[in-house]
Amino acid sequence: MTSSEPAIWAEGLRKRFGPTEAVRGVDLEVPEGGVFGLLGPNGAGKTTTVRILSTLTLPDAGRARVAGYDVVRDADQVRYRIGLAGQHASMDEKLSGRDNLRLFGRLYHLPPRVARRRADELLERFGLAGAGDRLVKTYSGGMRRRIDLISSLITAPPVLFLDEPTTGLDPRSRGEIWDTIRELVADGVTVLLTTQYLDEADRLADRVAVVDRGQVIASGTPDELKAEIGSRIDVVVSAADAFADATAVLSRIGEPDTDPESRRVSVPVSAGSVTLPAVVRELDRAGVEVEDVTLRRPTLDEVFLRLTGRAEETAEKVSA
Amino acid sequence: MVLHAPVAPTGRLDRLRWTLTDGVTLVWRNLVQLKNQPGELVGALVFPAVMVVLFGYVFGSAIKVPGGGNYREYLMPGLFAMTSITSFMTTMLAVATDASKGVMDRFRSMPMARSAVPFGQVGGDILVGALGMVIMVGCGLAVGWRIHDGLPKALAAFGLLILLRYAISWAGVLCGLVVKNEETADQMVPLVFPVSMLSNSFVPTAGMPAWLRVIADWNPVSAAVAACRGLFGNPGAPAGDVALPLRHPVAATLLWSGVLLVIFVPLSVRRFRTLNR
Ligand SMILES: Nc1ncnc2c1ncn2[C@@H]1O[C@H](COP(=O)(O)OP(=O)(O)OP(=O)(O)O)[C@@H](O)[C@H]1O
Ligand SMILES: [Mg+2]
Repeated sequence: MTSSEPAIWAEGLRKRFGPTEAVRGVDLEVPEGGVFGLLGPNGAGKTTTVRILSTLTLPDAGRARVAGYDVVRDADQVRYRIGLAGQHASMDEKLSGRDNLRLFGRLYHLPPRVARRRADELLERFGLAGAGDRLVKTYSGGMRRRIDLISSLITAPPVLFLDEPTTGLDPRSRGEIWDTIRELVADGVTVLLTTQYLDEADRLADRVAVVDRGQVIASGTPDELKAEIGSRIDVVVSAADAFADATAVLSRIGEPDTDPESRRVSVPVSAGSVTLPAVVRELDRAGVEVEDVTLRRPTLDEVFLRLTGRAEETAEKVSA
Repeated sequence: MVLHAPVAPTGRLDRLRWTLTDGVTLVWRNLVQLKNQPGELVGALVFPAVMVVLFGYVFGSAIKVPGGGNYREYLMPGLFAMTSITSFMTTMLAVATDASKGVMDRFRSMPMARSAVPFGQVGGDILVGALGMVIMVGCGLAVGWRIHDGLPKALAAFGLLILLRYAISWAGVLCGLVVKNEETADQMVPLVFPVSMLSNSFVPTAGMPAWLRVIADWNPVSAAVAACRGLFGNPGAPAGDVALPLRHPVAATLLWSGVLLVIFVPLSVRRFRTLNR
């Protein structure tokens, strides 16, 4: 692998399952080191993309290279250089955590003694030494995700695929997984992470690609994506009856998003088009009593909603 | 955290060696699983003993052996064969569980020999099966079953039983990979019983309605049972006008096992390779 070659590179990946076109021409270029976030609503094709890149699924068309090797032609070479923690925990529930790690180490053809030492080392390092000898079926959800992630680190692979590593975890467990990922990145590992939590991508990812209906619809650093859709002005009114007036005032600037429950109206503004004082004056003139007015950069959530344009579906996902 | 990355095998010999080590590793995994689930192991071992009592004394009290003889001596080869074909369900369950839990995906994302997983699975099953067989032999000896024709023939009989078990677990591998779901696999478990009952294991086939008798006579289980009765020197050896496989039961068992292997080994290995592709 030459140092200039990206850790992950894909061109025109396609995959169809019966009538469903899960992936419709995905291009990716992930430089070595750091975290690359793959974002997308349910069914966007994230898992399918990850499965193609990790040699589990053959693409119908397109090419991909991971860690310098073609995922179809040199699948075994790729397999030696990647770790995968799938969307669903993939451990042997009837074995202890330690035995699972030893098993995987042996299957990577580490000598028995090395496999055993490696298992102990990983459990120790990632805070599971105490639970290492319990059967995985007795683990909590958070511990399962962690042992799953650790299992993908046995050979210290330079490229890691993590498919929704924190879905369903409490904030504390999520924080622990994030710390683990940061540690790995500090070691020089390239992580491709899929997530539905945009704050996760915002915190961890150096670059993100937004996938929708099997295609990459935007990519860049989180800041670039946010800059693309401009800033927002948020107004929180003091009383519920002022809500309609505030919405009317802000509609003159752009199309507002309203949230009656928190009495918040939010409107996108392109750079330099309006100033905050002007908005405040307008509101004042309309007799709207405000509690809070802020000019802020959009959250990645808003970028995502804008890009995928499927606000309703995402709302369903959040409430689910 | 620097670990020298293992290298992919280059030569054909390297590959073969790694396939073998992978197989051994998976057998090890099966044994550790059993150690962790002593309940399952006890169940697997007590089950044959219960069958000996149930059939040997409850049903046996009302069944007459053709040509005379002790029913329990007649029964034991049938029970040996029955436990052999339970390997179908144990393997199917294990494989379906792996597939539904995503363990298969992890295996497939590793540079291991593709065929090691099914081979390891059936290899582990053979070890467990051999253990069960030892217990079963103990039970048999306790209730009056004997080996009459010497050890070499008896070993040949056990060899046949293990071969059949091996062949049938390959069918279990394929079914497990096809259903890919623990619960569905669980529901298919009872299907094993009619297959073992519909044979000469427990009663002579001569008394069955003609159409059923054809099925029972051609059931691979019947061939294995008849072969074992002959090799152990137990009563009930088919006499007179009997179906072809029962006239040459040893050859028939070998042939049946061969057919099962030729069909299910390549299909299972291929299915494993292309799972979710
Ligand atoms: N093995 C399969 N057989 C049939 N359809 C499939 C298969 N795998 C994925 N699909 C379909 O392909 C589409 C993309 O699925 P995929 O799992 O890649 O999405 P995703 O982005 O990971 O979604 P999620 O956020 O829900 O995990 C979906 O419509 C899904 O139903
Ligand atoms: Mg997914």
